[in-house]
Amino acid sequence: MNSFSLNGRETPFETGETILEVAEKNGVNIPSLCRLKGVEPIGNCGVCVVEADGTHVLSCSTPVHQGMKVRTQTPAIVAARKERIKALLDSGNHNCAIGSAGSKSWSTFQQTVQRSDGSAELCPAWGDCRLQDLAYEYQVSGGRAALSTRTYPRESDAPLIIRDYSRCIRCGRCVAACNEIQVNAAIHADFLSADPELMPGKAYPVAKDNCVYCGECVQACPVGALVEKKARYHYRPWKAKKIRTTCPYCGVGCQQLLHVVDDRIVKVTGVEDGSPNMGRLCVKGRFGYDFIYSEERLKTPLIRNDDGSFREATWDEALGLVVDRFKQIIRDHGPDAMAGVSCARSINEDSYQMMKFFRAVIGTNNIDHCART
Amino acid sequence: MFMVIGSNMTEAHPVAATFVKNAVQNGARLILVDPRAHGLADFAELHVPIRVGSDIAFLNGLMHVLIKEDLYDKQFIQSCTMDFDALRQCVAAYPPERAAEIAGIPVDMVIDTARRIASVRPMMLCYTLGITEHTCGKNNVMSIANLQMLLGNMGMECGGVNPLRGQNNVQGACDMGALPNVFCGYQSVTIPEIRAKFEKAWGVDKLPDKVGLMIPQMMEGLVSKKIRGFYIFGENLANTEPDIRKVEHELASAEFLVVQDIFQNETTKFAHVILPAAAWSENDGTFTNSERRVNRVRTASPPPGAARPNWWIFRELAIRMGQTWTSASACELWDDEISVLAPNLSGVKYRRIEANGLQWPCPTENHSGTCFLHKDGQFTCGLGKFKSVEWTPPAEEPDEKYPLVLSTGRRLYHYHTRTQTGRCEGLNDLLGEETADISPADAGIMGVAHNEMIRVKSRRGEVTVKARVTGEVPKGMVWMAFHFREGNANWLTNPAYDPETLTAEYKACAVAIEKI
Repeated sequence: MNSFSLNGRETPFETGETILEVAEKNGVNIPSLCRLKGVEPIGNCGVCVVEADGTHVLSCSTPVHQGMKVRTQTPAIVAARKERIKALLDSGNHNCAIGSAGSKSWSTFQQTVQRSDGSAELCPAWGDCRLQDLAYEYQVSGGRAALSTRTYPRESDAPLIIRDYSRCIRCGRCVAACNEIQVNAAIHADFLSADPELMPGKAYPVAKDNCVYCGECVQACPVGALVEKKARYHYRPWKAKKIRTTCPYCGVGCQQLLHVVDDRIVKVTGVEDGSPNMGRLCVKGRFGYDFIYSEERLKTPLIRNDDGSFREATWDEALGLVVDRFKQIIRDHGPDAMAGVSCARSINEDSYQMMKFFRAVIGTNNIDHCART
Repeated sequence: MFMVIGSNMTEAHPVAATFVKNAVQNGARLILVDPRAHGLADFAELHVPIRVGSDIAFLNGLMHVLIKEDLYDKQFIQSCTMDFDALRQCVAAYPPERAAEIAGIPVDMVIDTARRIASVRPMMLCYTLGITEHTCGKNNVMSIANLQMLLGNMGMECGGVNPLRGQNNVQGACDMGALPNVFCGYQSVTIPEIRAKFEKAWGVDKLPDKVGLMIPQMMEGLVSKKIRGFYIFGENLANTEPDIRKVEHELASAEFLVVQDIFQNETTKFAHVILPAAAWSENDGTFTNSERRVNRVRTASPPPGAARPNWWIFRELAIRMGQTWTSASACELWDDEISVLAPNLSGVKYRRIEANGLQWPCPTENHSGTCFLHKDGQFTCGLGKFKSVEWTPPAEEPDEKYPLVLSTGRRLYHYHTRTQTGRCEGLNDLLGEETADISPADAGIMGVAHNEMIRVKSRRGEVTVKARVTGEVPKGMVWMAFHFREGNANWLTNPAYDPETLTAEYKACAVAIEKI
């Protein structure tokens, strides 16, 4: 059997597996900002650096070989990671407390970032940011890029998604999500060769016109660069309860996590590793939830007046009227003078109840739904 | 290998399409059979642009070639199927020349497609409403099943016939018996023993024994007064059924109409009583997806005002009509009634589907569900039966007055009549109005520019709508959706139905377009 030394422990591996993959299987944590499950290693963030046979390598893209000696947490490795994390913090407007804790010009930095954000808040990803987590874990501070004169591309006029590249760490996860997972090819992939200082417009993974707003890039973004417009600055992640449910649109049955604050859905994400969608959603599944809060919702039973208008009624009155008329029709014309159409949008239990109502209560098989139309 | 026929997956089932695209990127082969060169065409090694409504001729043509060139699975046919000789005889009348002529494609393309699909085992065949929404919809499905049996592609993973169901719970509504001929679990209402089982479980004396009416018959019954009381739950029939003028006349004729929904819509205006219901995230329950997977739905917030969960409304009505319905939650309804009464769902209980759902058939509580049917060629009915079918043209074909074919479907950014998506911030910005998609060739002939307003007319009605000139659409076709009231394709569609299923022919009717 193939084996290698992982932090001094002989560990089995399969040919082709990377250091990161084997470490994860064996419960050894190696941080990464750009790794995205289901796609080829990206290798842009540099945070997954480890020592292999005495040299520093990226664990996400280095295959294990027989007899290899890997250490994941030496002082030199920790120092390398810190340096990398600091560089990432310094590369953009990371105005969380961590990101700017080291700055002597905290106020100037905040004000500069907030002016560009149009908001007096800290970064919208505060509390849900992999970079912030790592900066905290490694006790790194930085984030003074806003004091530089660099300009960043920004897209805030498009529907549903705000793309603020001042917070982009150029990890490439959005590119992989768009090109390899959803296969929409709507994000520029060749951004790494351009220098952010010299050619900022070309140095970030900006979206193209053929974007279909599936939001897979937003879900993949580990920082605050890609954010749902409807969620941005409307909630803080630690306040949200996550409820797993099934998408109400097409027949694929994607598994969603509803992020709920005070009885209100503020954001929807896909359930990673959940069948059948494995974390993926489309534009309707991710952004089509707020109809339930429309002021136009029916909030009370309504009964039609003689002139065709409707008046509000109590449940007692409305149900009483329905039952009286149903009974009258059954008495005068028989149960087969009644017919019902159930709903292919609603839950199984509702369709069961409706068919039971027609068969067992009314006494007819005149029950159908839109499967045929 | 995939063969996708009559399915615009990238817009109607976007997440399913991502997995097909992934497979193609990983080396799987894809053949697209569709009149339109929609999103999947870019990923297909071959796009076969058959004429609308020519599916059976094309499929019979493929089977003709497969049999003639000895490219079919004789062993599977011998051990797992019956009535092959009738199929052989039937498809003998569809040589590639005839199939190609009906389908409007080159003869070589029929032969080439047949050879390609025979070269890889297994092949999965995916279809959607492009197959079923025809007057020959049922026969289209039979023809697809014939092809897959002939190739021996049944009863295996990555093979078979894979219909992508339209709505989130259209599979479930069928499974639950919201159909005129079966109780939940597809148990026939005409079998006395089945009725006796449900009579005992529901505590009633006598359940009705004759098959009920299907939606189009109900609607016509409203006018003939065969139907006096009509109860519509969560369907906007006034926008979704073919020929809106006819449908609205039928709804207006209802003696007593109850509509249970979450919004006022074009259908509620005909109601006598409107009952306000809880929406998707306002009650617990289950949906069943295209894979027959029963998934949980959970409550995120309470319904607004006096709106109530649907199960509560049905139960209140039943109690007021003199019955005792005890189940008082979706969980009780599922665990104590549905899974007890439907044998194929017996093993599905709420506690088992907290995370990933279970795919039926799942007959016992230690059964892990069924990923694909007809394993090892063992069909539910024993031997797989070839049902040879003849091609029939659409009910209404283009003529001098209405020279184009209108075909309809769904677009990515909205769902059906927009009662939901129309009220979600951002989605109207992505698609704010209906368009009539026409080919550059027809636009050129008519002198119509992209985004110019045009009139589209059929024998039923006319709409004024923006022209979207696109190479997706072949010459001779107009393609529209029914998301918007203005410019809704159903002002134009033909209320002609499959004789058995009564599925309407949304995919084909004759229209004319005019410059304004």
